[in-house]
Amino acid sequence: MTVAREVSTTPTLDLTRRKAPSPAPRFRIPQTLPARVGLIIAAALFLLPFYWMANSALKDIHELSSIPPTLYPHAPAWDNFVSAVTYIPFGTFLTNSVILTVGVTVGSAISNPLIAYGFSRIKWPGRDLVFGLVMASIFLPFPVLIVALFDIFAKLQWVDTFLPIIVPAFFGNPFFIFLMRQYFLGLPMEISEQARIDGANEFQVFLFVILPLAKPAVAVVIIFAAVQAWGEFLTPLLFLQDESKYPLSIGLQFYRQSHDVSYNLLMAASTLIVLPIVALFLVFQRFFIQGVTAGSLKG
Amino acid sequence: MIAAPRFRPRLTAEDWRNLRTALPFIAPWIIGFLAFTLYPIFYSLYLSFTHYSGFGDATPAGLENYQHMVTDSLFWQSLGNTLYYTALAVPIGVVVAIALALMMNQNLREVAFYRAAFYVPSILPLFALTFIFIVLLNPGFGLVDYLLGLVGLPAVNWLGDARWTKISIVLLAQLGAGGPALIFLASLRAVPIELYEAARLEGAGPLRRFWRITLPLITPVILFDLIYGTILGVQIFTPAFVLAGGTSGGGAYTTGPENSLLFYVYYLYKNAFQYSDMGYASAMAWVLFIMSVVLSFAIMRWSRYWVHYEGA
Repeated sequence: MTVAREVSTTPTLDLTRRKAPSPAPRFRIPQTLPARVGLIIAAALFLLPFYWMANSALKDIHELSSIPPTLYPHAPAWDNFVSAVTYIPFGTFLTNSVILTVGVTVGSAISNPLIAYGFSRIKWPGRDLVFGLVMASIFLPFPVLIVALFDIFAKLQWVDTFLPIIVPAFFGNPFFIFLMRQYFLGLPMEISEQARIDGANEFQVFLFVILPLAKPAVAVVIIFAAVQAWGEFLTPLLFLQDESKYPLSIGLQFYRQSHDVSYNLLMAASTLIVLPIVALFLVFQRFFIQGVTAGSLKG
Repeated sequence: MIAAPRFRPRLTAEDWRNLRTALPFIAPWIIGFLAFTLYPIFYSLYLSFTHYSGFGDATPAGLENYQHMVTDSLFWQSLGNTLYYTALAVPIGVVVAIALALMMNQNLREVAFYRAAFYVPSILPLFALTFIFIVLLNPGFGLVDYLLGLVGLPAVNWLGDARWTKISIVLLAQLGAGGPALIFLASLRAVPIELYEAARLEGAGPLRRFWRITLPLITPVILFDLIYGTILGVQIFTPAFVLAGGTSGGGAYTTGPENSLLFYVYYLYKNAFQYSDMGYASAMAWVLFIMSVVLSFAIMRWSRYWVHYEGA
């Protein structure tokens, strides 16, 4: 597991600034200018899609079809947001998205610390070998499993319920296990020893001693699990059939299936889906950055 | 005959005790791995040798599903589309991520803003980003063709022209570069500054310092990003499904002009859930499994020539 080893050596992000180079005696173009110009251009490219999303979301249908397109909404149609949530059963889809997100997040928050504890705070023979298997499963493409999983869930009569999406979260996710394990390994073993001497059993050590110390890592898991579940597309597409069970990811297809595709409403709805994630990032920035650099988490 | 190995690791009483203590903690993973990963893999291996519609019983089919693949032109097209996409999106993604990281490593005061601008798109739902691209790339009310027109370039029918549909998804994939860029940034900051100072004293310019110091030291991260990106690349599905428009009514899934968006997993999905050919879809799943293992190992082997291991 060379790869797994490489991940674990990924350094954490050092946010402290390096000492600035001593200023040159005579005036010259600052060394950072090319980087700054490049960053501004790159940031513009990364933000353009969202500018265009907001711009299109606020145009009425006539302005949207004007050529050339207007660069800002001349008559902002704020009621697009009202139409967007009434045009389709947005409330139902939103409720389903929230239920799925909460379910997956709760499952992840319970299972991953528990599993990671067994892979880090207790030394048992073969542990690192088995952990290699956990890491190897990261490299298994999920679509390899979809046909068999569908058949299994169909036989369990789980299809068209939220169970196939929520239940697996209660059995851990290799990325989150890795992330929690890294954190647990960083806590001194003496803490556990002391608690054991004081008469705590292993589960008590986990629940009352180690877990409270690992709150930041649990926060990272919760945040990433929520973000992932909110954007989940393939599993709801596979396992949910009745429209009343659709989350937003699948339900939003409805904007495009009517005869006149209402792209402004689609953009208004997209704005509503994107905003919670942006807000989450702004509030929990620190945890996001930690999560990425600790476990190279990607959607 | 080979004699039984004489050495057997002996478990002490403490080993057993630790094993017993750890088992309840890792039990969820073991159960989940068996139920949701290992069993499905072998179950689909079995299904791949059957004809199965998802209802009733699977009937034995021998190698028929695998034989069908050889002559199925859509199979080959979906494979070609997928490899074409992966071969473009993954290396471009690595270059974009490294470029962003290098620029962010310049200790600018406003770096937090750039970090947010690059990173946030990578955590947004892919289906929503795809919706945004549909509007962004529209020939009428899209921004991209309008900007191309401003600088005198011909408009591109991004989503209607088979030559451009996959390029559109390659571009879309670059919105995910912010995550890897942060990992590269972290590894750049871990490069000992003394190395640069020594190189500067010996008269090495910035370009030389990059090729000789920075790049070798971040090759382990590049390797991880290449392998993981490739694994994600071969399972590309959501943007194609959303761009192509999902169902066209009557339960048939549209796959873009000239099937240009028919990616491997999309074709697998269609076989399983539109044509109810679970046997064939399972055979495709196993080919995908083997393909991703082979690709991972190939990249790992190849990396021996360029990955720099510290202390190795």
